[in-house]
Amino acid sequence: MKYRIGVLSVQGDFAEHVAAMNDLDDVEALPVKTAEAIASCHGLIIPGGESTTIGKLCQRFGLDEAIGKLHADGRPIWGTCAGLILLARDIVDSDQWRLGYMDIEVKRNAFGRQVDSFETDLAVAKLAGGATRAVFIRAPYVTTVGDNVTVMATCRDKIVMVRQEHLLGCAFHPELTDDRRVQQYFLDMVKAAES
Amino acid sequence: MADESTMAERSTWRNKVGLAEMLRGGVIMDVTNAEQAKIAEDAGAVSVMALERVPADIRAEGGVARMADLKVIEEIMDTVTIPVMAKARIGHFAEAQVLQAIGADFVDESEVLTPADEFFHIDKHAFDVPFVCGCTDLAEALRRIGEGAAMIRTKGEAGSGNIVEATRHMRNVMTGLKHVSGLRDDELMTEAKNMGAPYHLVKEVARTGKLPVPNFSAGGIATPADAALMMQLGAQAIFVGSGIFKSEDPEARANAIVHAATYFEDPVEVARACRGLEGAAMDGIDVRTLEDSERLATRGW
Repeated sequence: MKYRIGVLSVQGDFAEHVAAMNDLDDVEALPVKTAEAIASCHGLIIPGGESTTIGKLCQRFGLDEAIGKLHADGRPIWGTCAGLILLARDIVDSDQWRLGYMDIEVKRNAFGRQVDSFETDLAVAKLAGGATRAVFIRAPYVTTVGDNVTVMATCRDKIVMVRQEHLLGCAFHPELTDDRRVQQYFLDMVKAAES
Repeated sequence: MADESTMAERSTWRNKVGLAEMLRGGVIMDVTNAEQAKIAEDAGAVSVMALERVPADIRAEGGVARMADLKVIEEIMDTVTIPVMAKARIGHFAEAQVLQAIGADFVDESEVLTPADEFFHIDKHAFDVPFVCGCTDLAEALRRIGEGAAMIRTKGEAGSGNIVEATRHMRNVMTGLKHVSGLRDDELMTEAKNMGAPYHLVKEVARTGKLPVPNFSAGGIATPADAALMMQLGAQAIFVGSGIFKSEDPEARANAIVHAATYFEDPVEVARACRGLEGAAMDGIDVRTLEDSERLATRGW
């Protein structure tokens, strides 16, 4: 069967995520920005972008309920950068709206402003075949994690990738490189949730 | 992790173009103070452009328009969490250096300011901060990308409240892409020569059928329907300059334009965005009444 993976497309680099997921077999990835489209997905990706903008639009157009339903049903959700921020329960010095599903605290723009953006080789737990090239853009990092959260990668001694049950978050952008192992990892989560 | 630092690279091309990708589907709003920046962020802007006067005022007041007061830019940077852009004059690499030094997230080498150099644009590859530049057609876009622009915006006619030049420039770019991608390989060098665009970028466009960096629309967007029009013509995001803070109800208009840019392909949603507006749009100018010297889009080459 084909696994239907939605990429929240109200704002951000959703097109890159759709293209990257569609590189894999057994996947039908598509941009989604209505409650009906979100509800039809086996898994959801919340892309990079501006977390304040994506959050406001989710709220304003009632997408938070549709995403909440996926979450309640145990369907996998993967957030990158802004998506990670929206998944976090706590955000340092911010009262901005969030989904708040993951038992983590994140710090926004934590590595600095745009001129401090960088890329580096990053070792990720559970990915066979060595380090992946990780692109960090005005990236957040995770400051604290709950007991039920697994840390999958750290960079400069900061947590940059986490998993909690059916939720996956990373501070960098696997969709901007040609390495598809993180996408494959998420697809395996989706497959496991459906079986 | 001892060797991490040798594998790490700062401000790569992917970092620069990546930030432009992150802004896609969004609205970037011109603001002149921290209060306006907050209104823009609250309405869902993905970024703000910090400047001293919006283009409509620059047009009305005349004189030399320069990089904004750093105090204003820094206040705005302290107020919002979204990326803050600022404008440097065409060719004024020292203004751009200053903007990079204070930590601006994007520099707009902009025809809205008075050009500092009539022959040379800034060598943008030499900077860590990413640049956006205006264009009126594909050739101009590829020249700017060749110099290192990580984002392109069609120029339109800033401060006019008139969408006609924005549509002209977006159609020029799209027609150019279609034309080049239909050419044979042995025609590309001559095409590059005739266009006055870098050969390697012409080849890339011929292969991919699209620009190597995101293409946004600017210059004349005043209504939600204007935003929807530009997005449907192929813009990947929208710059709104005077259109918001020169309208009667900036907050409502900012919200409505964000709404329309998000659901641009759904007329029912765009209608809903329009319906939320009570105050009037900014006053507009018939650009056919403008002398060439009054047209900002003719600045730069």
